[in-house]
Amino acid sequence: MSDKKKPNRRDFIFTATAAVGAVGAGAAAWPLIDQMNPDASVKALASTEVDVSSLQPGQSITVLWRGKPVFIKRRTENEISEARNVKISDLKHPEKDEDRTQNPEWLVMLGVCTHLGCVPLADKGEYGGWFCPCHGSHYDTAGRIRKGPAPTNLEIPKYEFVNSNTIKIG
Amino acid sequence: MSDHNYTPSSKFGKWFNDRLPLLTLANHLTDYPTPKNLNYWWTFGGILTFCLITQIITGLVLAMHYIAHADLAFSSVEHIMRDVNYGWLIRYIHANGASMFFLAVYIHIFRSLFYGSYKAPREIIWILGIMIYLLMMAAAFMGYVLPWGQMSFWGATVITNLFSAIPLVGESITTWLWGGYSVDNPTLTRFFTLHYLIPFLILGLVVLHIWALHVPGNNNPVGIDIQKPSKDTVPFHPYIVIKDLFALLLFMIVFAFFVFYSPNILGHADNYIEANPLVTPAHIVPEWYLLPFYAILRSIPDKLLGVVAMLSAIFILAALPWLDTSKVRSAVFRPLYKQFYWILVIDVLILGYVGAMPAEGLYLLIARVATAYYFLHFLLILPVLGKIEKTTPLPLSITSPVLGGSADLAMAKNIDVRKEKL
Repeated sequence: MSDKKKPNRRDFIFTATAAVGAVGAGAAAWPLIDQMNPDASVKALASTEVDVSSLQPGQSITVLWRGKPVFIKRRTENEISEARNVKISDLKHPEKDEDRTQNPEWLVMLGVCTHLGCVPLADKGEYGGWFCPCHGSHYDTAGRIRKGPAPTNLEIPKYEFVNSNTIKIG
Repeated sequence: MSDHNYTPSSKFGKWFNDRLPLLTLANHLTDYPTPKNLNYWWTFGGILTFCLITQIITGLVLAMHYIAHADLAFSSVEHIMRDVNYGWLIRYIHANGASMFFLAVYIHIFRSLFYGSYKAPREIIWILGIMIYLLMMAAAFMGYVLPWGQMSFWGATVITNLFSAIPLVGESITTWLWGGYSVDNPTLTRFFTLHYLIPFLILGLVVLHIWALHVPGNNNPVGIDIQKPSKDTVPFHPYIVIKDLFALLLFMIVFAFFVFYSPNILGHADNYIEANPLVTPAHIVPEWYLLPFYAILRSIPDKLLGVVAMLSAIFILAALPWLDTSKVRSAVFRPLYKQFYWILVIDVLILGYVGAMPAEGLYLLIARVATAYYFLHFLLILPVLGKIEKTTPLPLSITSPVLGGSADLAMAKNIDVRKEKL
């Protein structure tokens, strides 16, 4: 065959036109894609304040925050010591109990299994914490994954104690 | 018989056909030479067309009464069931129609597997079929979400969360799919839109599927190439049309049994409880037709790998024409493949069964063995079998084994001798 053809003026125009066309098509497609993302009104659903004064040790409540359940558990001494006496190296997702709570008595976390999003059941499973009925993930008394397909511990949302009786989530 | 020689008899027909050759197309479809030994397993293409049209018509009617809103969807479905004239009938046909559609498609797929219909020169037909199957699963899943019951909501949550297994961008993708931070109203409205769209995409792919079929013509139980048209073929109309209609009638009896006598047997009682984002039902199970893949997902104790395995189990089918190295199409002439075929059928049934059971103990062990075997069948057994298997002799034509010559008993069974008189 002949030598490589040197790009001429026409080739340059073709390439430039195609490039501009591609950028234009991308720009036109973006609004069509982004309209599916959560809008500002959804993002603005900022925070929920929860009164936890009625909870006795060992009890827990579930509240809805951003469409998802949040577990608030007042743990017993036993549950706290159980969570703190686990060897960190035994954990699938190593996290100290101290890093998962602001106050050891109160465990606040998203009630959403990190596997495929089901709501785990309280006081069930082999580790005395939570058990997800969908695909069998076991969480311990600190909400850490111990057994089953879930890859990580139950997520801790941003929260703070407004006063000793009220927790603000978000 | 050739399409190109067709001339309409009427003057108007000729005028029209010169401008838009619809009559040529109709003539092609009528005269289309079809192997005369097609058995009843070949009638499911027509049955599937019926299923698709039934779903589109009943779905259209349901959409006139359904309200796609998280607060209203559940009660609008009850409104259809209790108030709308014949609403109960139309909804039960639509809901059970989905199951009937999958029943037919599984028979259709396993017929292809037995008779090697996916092999050259029919790979594109097969791949189009797999694309239709994928869209069917998407449509069925989104349709199941619309009544906004507990199974709808948690099924949607589990399936959309599959995407969160993708490294790095997984979370953003699930948020994008939901239009929020959980399955909610935006998710419902977009699922309704897509559920309405997908059947028409399927319809388009069905046209391509049939077009691609009409290039090489039908495979047949003997799996050999035949002359078209010849002594080995009959025209599609009336021979195949009548046979398809008779099979459809039998199929409709089964369909009607479900609709009229056990309309909820294939569903889950939990879906008559309105969606509640705070409580997951104790035992989440997908619809029966997705159970084998669900079992594969659960058999792997790692989130990402589980999702990868489940998707691979479907996509591996698209590579089947190249994984099966045997040149002989029909299992009738492949003594070893025939046995592995039935083992695969049993394996998929086992996967379906354990998919419905809790993922623990013995069930989990069985699911793992069955998952391993599923992949072994496609990735090891099929490629190797094609190289080492000693196949039995193929007949020269569909007619020859019946008229004598290299007659094969197994083969002769598949031939409808009565048609010889034609």
